Amino acid sequence: MSPSTNQPPQAEGRRSRLVRDRQTISWLLGASAFVLLALVSVLAITTPAPDYVQGEASRLIYVHPATAWVSYAAFATNVVCALLWLWPRTRKIGWDHAAGAAAHIGVFFVSMTFVLGAIWGRGTWGTFFRLRDARMASTLVLLLMYLGVVTLRQLPSSPTSRARRTALGSLLAFVNVPIVHFSVLWWDTLHQGPTLAKPEKPSIDGMPLATMLLSFVAFTVLFSWLMIHRTRIERWNDALLGDDLDTAITARQAEGRVARSGIPA
Amino acid sequence: MWNDARVVLAKDLAVEWRSHVALRQVLPFVFTVVLLFAFGLDRVLVNDPLVSGDTVPVAYVAPGVFWLAVLFSAVMLVQRSISSELDDGAWDQLRLWGLDPAGVFVGKAAAVALQLLAIEVLLGGVVCVAFGVSVPSSPGAWLLIVTVMVLATIALSAVASCYAALSAGIRVRETLLPVLLLPITVPLLLASVQAWQGALTAETAAGWAWVRVDAVFAVVYVAVGVLAYGALMEE
Amino acid sequence: MAGVSEHRASISPFAGSVVGVDEREGDLGPAVHMVAVVAVLGTFPALSGLDLTVPRGHVCVLKGPNGAGKTTVLRVAAGLVPALRGTVTVLGSNVRADRRSVRRHLGYLGHATGLYADLSVEQNVRFAVRAAGSGTGQAIDSSLTRLGLDGRLRDLRVAHLSAGQRRRVALASLLAREVPLWLLDEPHAALDPDGRDLLDELVREAVGCGTTVLIASHDTERTARLADSVVHVQGGRAVDTTRVEHGDSDVE
Repeated sequence: MSPSTNQPPQAEGRRSRLVRDRQTISWLLGASAFVLLALVSVLAITTPAPDYVQGEASRLIYVHPATAWVSYAAFATNVVCALLWLWPRTRKIGWDHAAGAAAHIGVFFVSMTFVLGAIWGRGTWGTFFRLRDARMASTLVLLLMYLGVVTLRQLPSSPTSRARRTALGSLLAFVNVPIVHFSVLWWDTLHQGPTLAKPEKPSIDGMPLATMLLSFVAFTVLFSWLMIHRTRIERWNDALLGDDLDTAITARQAEGRVARSGIPA
Repeated sequence: MWNDARVVLAKDLAVEWRSHVALRQVLPFVFTVVLLFAFGLDRVLVNDPLVSGDTVPVAYVAPGVFWLAVLFSAVMLVQRSISSELDDGAWDQLRLWGLDPAGVFVGKAAAVALQLLAIEVLLGGVVCVAFGVSVPSSPGAWLLIVTVMVLATIALSAVASCYAALSAGIRVRETLLPVLLLPITVPLLLASVQAWQGALTAETAAGWAWVRVDAVFAVVYVAVGVLAYGALMEE
Repeated sequence: MAGVSEHRASISPFAGSVVGVDEREGDLGPAVHMVAVVAVLGTFPALSGLDLTVPRGHVCVLKGPNGAGKTTVLRVAAGLVPALRGTVTVLGSNVRADRRSVRRHLGYLGHATGLYADLSVEQNVRFAVRAAGSGTGQAIDSSLTRLGLDGRLRDLRVAHLSAGQRRRVALASLLAREVPLWLLDEPHAALDPDGRDLLDELVREAVGCGTTVLIASHDTERTARLADSVVHVQGGRAVDTTRVEHGDSDVE
């Protein structure tokens, strides 16, 4: 959806071709995401869980790790876009739109990861919440950190201020991600014996492996599709604000004219 | 940068010297927090020899109470650090005088760190006495205790100063700053508590492993502050 | 253009010490040049397409009703508020891109005092000078004396001063820094009549040494005597510019 412009025919043609290409890509992504997710759902129900996972909710292995992966991918995308906005030479408001989209998507997926993890935990440990579990703890901390980033974004401000705050908030949060991950992991493994350096490689092959890999692919495609659309929404929001701004500017200028024509200065 | 840092540090310390906010408000607050923990987590915390029942060994609980109280006082100190600039518009002037933003960061974070250290020393004594902590005798344990205190204080001051600057221009800064800052400090809290538990239970080797987290946290957030404070100061 | 390359010997702190940035760099552009500037505060367009040119060594007064955007003009010139649209050139440089180098050469006196209420008068001025890296100990002393803040008042905590006295302290900091561009927002407001006369005198001396002064003010009578040009700001734009000839006033 692009506003019509007074440009020479070639530029118009090129522009509408670009728009069409983008729309095609987005449609393809969306369709593939749908198909892949449907496939994963079917496979997840029919394929037995791999041996090393136990518990009633063990089939969540076909979903839960993938959502965790997407949330990390979203946060990584978020910080890359934030840095691109912060760096003066590459500063474009488009990066802020992408960063904001990634933050929102990341919060959604990390919440989902947390909920699915709790459900899985209920099946495995018998309780929904176990803080000592490294994954649960780090997911929760990540959720809180990035809720903060999203909160920063909602504050009323000019686009530049909002972009700056989001970018800096994302940077401050992201550098903490590895620190949280490793410290919480150490904490979890503390009282499990002195030589728990690496867990044995879980054996998984055949259909379960294929299904799990497929779920990663499916969710990644979904993530890309969501990114495109959420970024567009952010851009449209700003465009609306821009239109509002133009209206406000005209009204502001009118203040001057009315006063001038009314009472002599 | 170091010159600017020194000037800002001197100014912040002069402001504290003249207003005694850390001394008269934050310190009593910190003591109150510890007392509230004792009341709120009765049975868990209070080791009363005349009362039988489940209590957690003090060596595991005292570090947690201490570092939580320190976290809350850090939030107060850094709010004060930034509001002393914002109240009369001095924040604008800081930007306008052409100070090196990295210098401003180092100066302000250092001022917060020094005040925090002073509070921690006093608080440590109080917690020991109040909770009946048996003080370790080995110099190794003391070295661990002091190292963690210094590193954690630097780390906390750095990250808190970053968030204070980030929220400086926001009207709801006072409520927003803790919301943004506290989740970030989780690994720092975890590591410092674990390290001190190690020191108090004579498992110093395990404690030293946790010092690494404090050190990494400090390095990372001092670096971020130095590099990004210019952007953080802008509106 | 009066006083761009003149140095008038006087007892003011400016004697022989202020050189306009242009003289150092050989660039004689205007001190402040804004073209079609749109600036927002939150989502409100405080400036809706403002044009302003202030030649060096001039005194330009911004007039206008409350909410017209005068304060925002000064803040944009100081680089505190970014211009969403349009360009802002101050002392020959882009005020946002070359922030740090431009800011060293300007002094901004806003509505807030910009002081530390817990510190003394002398501590405040000394900090301003040290932080800004310009100005000498001698300049501090002479500016404090000039503004009547000597003696007992020097060590008094700013919190114990009246609004007018705080204004004087802020002015003393500005004076001690010896900068070629002054941005003053309603400087006469809190001052007593003596203070206002003193301010006018300081402005005249500063201009005599090549300083450019941009003042936002409601005090039309007083500023008319000072001004080289008066700009009427309304609805976020400059709707009228008047050149003032000292002696008689001509409207162009």
